[in-house]
Amino acid sequence: MSVLEVRNLQTHFFTDAGVVKAVDGVDFTLDEGEVLGLVGESGSGKSVTGFSILRLVDAPGRVVGGQILFRGQDLAQLSEPEMRRMRGNRIAMIFQDPMMTLNPVLRIDTQMIEAVRAHERVSAKAARDRAISALAKVGIPSPAERLEAYPHQFSGGMRQRVAIAISLLNGPDLIVADEPTTALDVTIQSQILAEVQGLAKETGTSMIWITHDLAVVAGLADRVAVMYAGRIVETGATDQVLTQPGHPYSIGLLGSIPGHGHRGQRLAQIPGMAPNMARLPEGCAFAPRCFRAQDQCRQNAPQITEPAPGQHLRCHFPVLEREALS
Amino acid sequence: MLVYLLRRIAQSIFVALAMMVIVFFGIYMIGNPIDILISPDATPREIEETMARFGFDQPIYIQFFTFVGNALQGDLGRSFVHGESAVTLILHYMPATLELAALGLIFSVLIGVPLGVYAGYKADKWQGRAIMTGSIFGFSLPNFWVGMLLILIFAVELRWLPSTGRGDTVDVFGIRLSIFSENGLQYMILPALTLALYKASLVTRLARAGTQEALVQDYVKFARAKGVSETRILFVHVLKNIMIPIVTVLGLELGSMIAFAVVTETVFAWPGMGKLLIDSILTLDRPVIVAYLMMTVLIFIVINLVVDIFYTLLDPRVRVTGGTS
Repeated sequence: MSVLEVRNLQTHFFTDAGVVKAVDGVDFTLDEGEVLGLVGESGSGKSVTGFSILRLVDAPGRVVGGQILFRGQDLAQLSEPEMRRMRGNRIAMIFQDPMMTLNPVLRIDTQMIEAVRAHERVSAKAARDRAISALAKVGIPSPAERLEAYPHQFSGGMRQRVAIAISLLNGPDLIVADEPTTALDVTIQSQILAEVQGLAKETGTSMIWITHDLAVVAGLADRVAVMYAGRIVETGATDQVLTQPGHPYSIGLLGSIPGHGHRGQRLAQIPGMAPNMARLPEGCAFAPRCFRAQDQCRQNAPQITEPAPGQHLRCHFPVLEREALS
Repeated sequence: MLVYLLRRIAQSIFVALAMMVIVFFGIYMIGNPIDILISPDATPREIEETMARFGFDQPIYIQFFTFVGNALQGDLGRSFVHGESAVTLILHYMPATLELAALGLIFSVLIGVPLGVYAGYKADKWQGRAIMTGSIFGFSLPNFWVGMLLILIFAVELRWLPSTGRGDTVDVFGIRLSIFSENGLQYMILPALTLALYKASLVTRLARAGTQEALVQDYVKFARAKGVSETRILFVHVLKNIMIPIVTVLGLELGSMIAFAVVTETVFAWPGMGKLLIDSILTLDRPVIVAYLMMTVLIFIVINLVVDIFYTLLDPRVRVTGGTS
C-alpha cells in the first residue's frame, strides 16, 4: 500500500521573465515505511517538489497540474483549512536551515506546544509532556529544561534536532525532509542521520529525503529518484542506482563524487551548466550535456521506460546492465 | 542588567546637562522679559530694581550658574506671571496631558497594529492598498483640522460626544485624572483620537513593512508546515517580531505627543501643559519655558530608557545577562 502517489505533478513559477517550469511532470510512489531519496543539482526542482506536496510553494509559484494522492486522497483538491489540518499532523516537514526555521523571539515550548494544539484539543500540560518526550527522542539532554530556552541558545545541530522533534510531535505518516543536514558540519550531520534512521525504523514513518549528497542517500534511503530540470530521470532501488545507474546524468553525478575515482586523478564533472529553467531546450533537457546524445534526443523528450523491474528511466539511450561501465 | 542601566542613566545625565546649556542660552536670546513685566512708563530706577530682584543685572554666565545650582536642587525658578514655582505649575497641568497622550497612544496601537498587519498580509490585494491609501490621509491632514472635523461630526451633528473641555475627574493618589471616570473619558475620546490619527498611520506603515518582511521568513513557512493557523501566525509569530521597531517609534512619538500636544489641546480647550507653554511663550515667562523644556528632556530620557528595557522583553537576544545558555 502506498502512502503517497504523485502523478504528473507540475509546479510552475510565473515570473516576469516567463513561466519557469520548476517541476514538470513528476511521478513517484512512496510505500509504507519507505525512505525515498530525492537527489539532483541545485535548481533541479527537488525542493519545489517537496513544498508542492505540502502545498507551501511561495508565490509566484503554483501547483498547476497533477495529483498528489496521500492515502488515496488528492491533496491538490483539498480546501485550505483541510490542508492545514494535514500539515504537521499527517505530513510533516523539516527544513534546510535550522538557523532560520525556528522563530527567534518565541520560546521552544511555545513553538512545540502550538504544533500539538493546532491539531488536537489537549491540555497545555499534555502537549508539554509530549514535547518533552519528543525532545528526548531526538537526543536533547535535559529536555524539560531546554524547553524553556530560546532558539539562539541552541547550536545549529541542536536546533535541527528540535525541528525534527517538532515534525515527530503528531506522529505523522510522512515526513518531507528538505536537505536537513546540508547546513550542518559533517560530524553533526552523521549524528543526525543516524538518529533519523533509527527513528524512521522505529516509528515506521515514510520519508522523502531531499538532498544533493549521494553519500547521505546511500546510508539512508531505500529507493532513489534522480531529478534533472524539473523531471525525475531515474528511479530505482538505492543499491542499483548507486552501483549501476542507467541514466547518463546519474552516471555523471556519481562520477563527480570525490574519493570515488582514484587519487591524483582529475575529478570527473558533467560538462556544461544546469539549464536555464525559463528556456529549456527542445527534446531531452539533458541532451546538451550528455555524452550519449543523438539527434533524436534533441527533438523528442524521452518517455519513461522500465528496462528492469523497479528501475524507471527517462532516456532514449540508457546505459543498461550489459554494457560495462568503465 | 544593572551595569547596563547605570551606564544608561549616566549617559542621560550628560544629555540633561547639555540640554540645560542649550535651553538656557537659547531662551536668553529670545528677549528681555523685563519689557513685558514692567509697564512702559516705569522709571529707570524701577526697572533697575526689578532687574536686580530677578537677577537680570548679573552677567549671563553668573545667571547660568545660579540657574544650574537651583535646578540641581529641583528649583527651576518662579513664574514671573503666576508667582508660583514653575515646576509646581507644570506638575499641576501635567496629568491632563499625560492621560491624553496615554489614551492617544493606546488608540494608535489599537488602530495601527491590526490595520498594518492586515495590510502587510494582503499587500497585493485591494484591502492592503486601501489601507495604505487611507494612511496617507492620516499623515497629511493637519491636526487642528482633524480635531475640528471630529467635533463637527461627533459633537455637533451626531451629538454623541462632548466637544471641548475636561469632564469629571477622580483623585488617584492625589492626582486629578479623568481617564477613570465615565464622563471624563467621554471628553477625552475626541482629542485623543485627533492625537492618535497621525501616530496610527505611522504604526500602520511600520507594521505593514515589518509584516511583509516577516512573512517571507522561513519561520513563518515552518509554522505553516506545522499546521498553525494563519491568525496565530500573524498575531503571534509575526507580531512579536515586528514589535521592536514599533515600540521604538512609539516611544519617541509618545514623547512628542506629551511635549507638543499644543495644537490639539488648543482646539479642544484641554487644560494641559501645551496650553501652559503657549501662554508662557506669549508672556515671555522664562522660568516656565525653561522648566517646561527641561521636563520635556526628562520625559524623552525616561521614555528612551523604558523603550530599551522593553526591547529586552521583546527580543530575548538583546538580554544582556540572565537566562540559560
